[in-house]
Amino acid sequence: MTATESRSYRLGEFHSFEAAGRRFLYLVPAGAVFELDDAAEKLVARLSLGDAAHDELMSELVSKGYSYPDADELLGELYHSHVIVTGETVREPLANPPADFPLQSLVMNLTNQCNLSCTYCYEFGEDKVATPEGKPKFMDMETARASVDFLLGQSGTRQSVHITFFGGETLMNFPLLKGVVAYATEQAAAQGRAVDFSLTTNATLLTPAIIEFLSENRIGVTVSMDGPPDLHDKLRVFANGRGSYDIIEPRVKALIANHRTRPITARVTLTNGVTDVVRIYRHLKQDLGFHEIGFAPVTTSPDRLYSINEKGMDGVLEQFHILADEWLEFALRGEMHGFSNVSDTIAELIQGVNKSHPCGAALGLVGVGPSGDIAPCHRFVDSDTHSLGHISTGIDREKQSDFLTRGHINSKYDCHTCWARPLCAGGCHHEAFVRYGDTGHANLHYCDWIRDWTDTCLRIYGAVSAVNPGFLEQFAERKALS
Amino acid sequence: MKHIRAVNRKARRIDEIVLAQKAAASQPAGTEADVIALQQQQQQRPHVPIGCTLSFSPGWEVDSAGGTAGLCQPVERDIYDCYVTCFWPAQVPDHLNNYPDWANKCASATKDWRNLDLVTP
Repeated sequence: MTATESRSYRLGEFHSFEAAGRRFLYLVPAGAVFELDDAAEKLVARLSLGDAAHDELMSELVSKGYSYPDADELLGELYHSHVIVTGETVREPLANPPADFPLQSLVMNLTNQCNLSCTYCYEFGEDKVATPEGKPKFMDMETARASVDFLLGQSGTRQSVHITFFGGETLMNFPLLKGVVAYATEQAAAQGRAVDFSLTTNATLLTPAIIEFLSENRIGVTVSMDGPPDLHDKLRVFANGRGSYDIIEPRVKALIANHRTRPITARVTLTNGVTDVVRIYRHLKQDLGFHEIGFAPVTTSPDRLYSINEKGMDGVLEQFHILADEWLEFALRGEMHGFSNVSDTIAELIQGVNKSHPCGAALGLVGVGPSGDIAPCHRFVDSDTHSLGHISTGIDREKQSDFLTRGHINSKYDCHTCWARPLCAGGCHHEAFVRYGDTGHANLHYCDWIRDWTDTCLRIYGAVSAVNPGFLEQFAERKALS
Repeated sequence: MKHIRAVNRKARRIDEIVLAQKAAASQPAGTEADVIALQQQQQQRPHVPIGCTLSFSPGWEVDSAGGTAGLCQPVERDIYDCYVTCFWPAQVPDHLNNYPDWANKCASATKDWRNLDLVTP
């Protein structure tokens, strides 16, 4: 008897789903999506009843009318793509990213000061990790220049790099922003490379001149905004408690009307009582004209008044589904829908990402605070506990390695049997720290939602790939930097 | 491939690899393992730590990554065999003065290890 004949097959690790009346598999160890034909579907159904030997399956197939070579081809295809595996298959742990991973993005916190006092702010709120005492409040040009040089120096052979301006409120240090854009553009050009920019703002300080500058320099803009006035003003308030909606509404409209070079995005933070996703979306998309709107539940420890409980999150997801159905209808007609939560996931599904880490933090991305301290990302800026070094001395490789080892999917035991791990990889390091006090802890409080959402997006992906496959390609180069 | 259609980029790469393998092999797909080299790559085995404790004693369990981070409780604190048999101070209750009864309900480590609990000084 040969090795093949005695081989016993079982199902590999995948998540199966249906879309547009067809059958698909999301192959977990790879992140690959395959559509099955009738024969493959039946074989998978057969093996879901129990393991079977090669010979047994072959004779079953032949008795159903397959020729011997056809049956062999079917088994061979499923076996080689790991849809079915043999008994002795051992899952290999995911490899580490290379130690000299080149930087791609740098998030520059121009200031840690802000003119708003949003209750839920992760930089100033009750769950803050920042320790800004005794550090500069505004970044100076020298630190900013050093950061640009650092980014270009550490980015290997990348043809283009990205700088995101962040805060505090970014526009409270607009003169520096202008200086950085000029300096970075000049330095990159001198090396024959490109640099592009984006910024996040609360929109309170936008002026016609600033908008013109942003448009001229193709700077992507994300506005933190929580919806119509009754919802936005609940937590996005000035220090005296007054809501900020009335101040920003005309500025946002001017921004969308006059910034013509990049899509303008709204970023909504969902909190207890601010969960009316569809109404928020309609307002921001139709009344104000944002091109894209992305939603995220607030990062908080669970006992805060503004945190969303489980029931609230189920409601959020229900409304996500309404917008997701709309997204699919739009896509089938070849039109863009502005719900970024779907678009961002689709972008990852096209590539078939299989993440060792939930995001690029401390890998291709770092955050730099006003003092020049390097952090894994903007959310950890100014925190002594999470500092990865200083812009003058570079990244402390030991600290970086510790952060990355803890955040690696291999050390998140809870994730090892989850089919959504190629996309999730345990979830946000910062969220994990706020919830569990450890950046390497899996975010177990949202597993069910992540799986539900990934399944929803897979169905959308499958349906579009069946009916309008060309439409998906435009998401392939999308950079989901949130 | 004939029976499964690649619908994302990762799947297309798998597709290409499988087709290339098929083309390279002069035999039908699925039978290449019939030829077995005399020396094969060593299979990865679970990591078993070596120490003075019997391997079935509680405290030496490891998770799938070979560490203890993924285990359901901090087993470093209850390495049973460090309790009486070892002179070296370890993260176990002190059996001489304060916790002489810690292991009383654990007659056989393989069976009764669940009865070993954390102590609160």
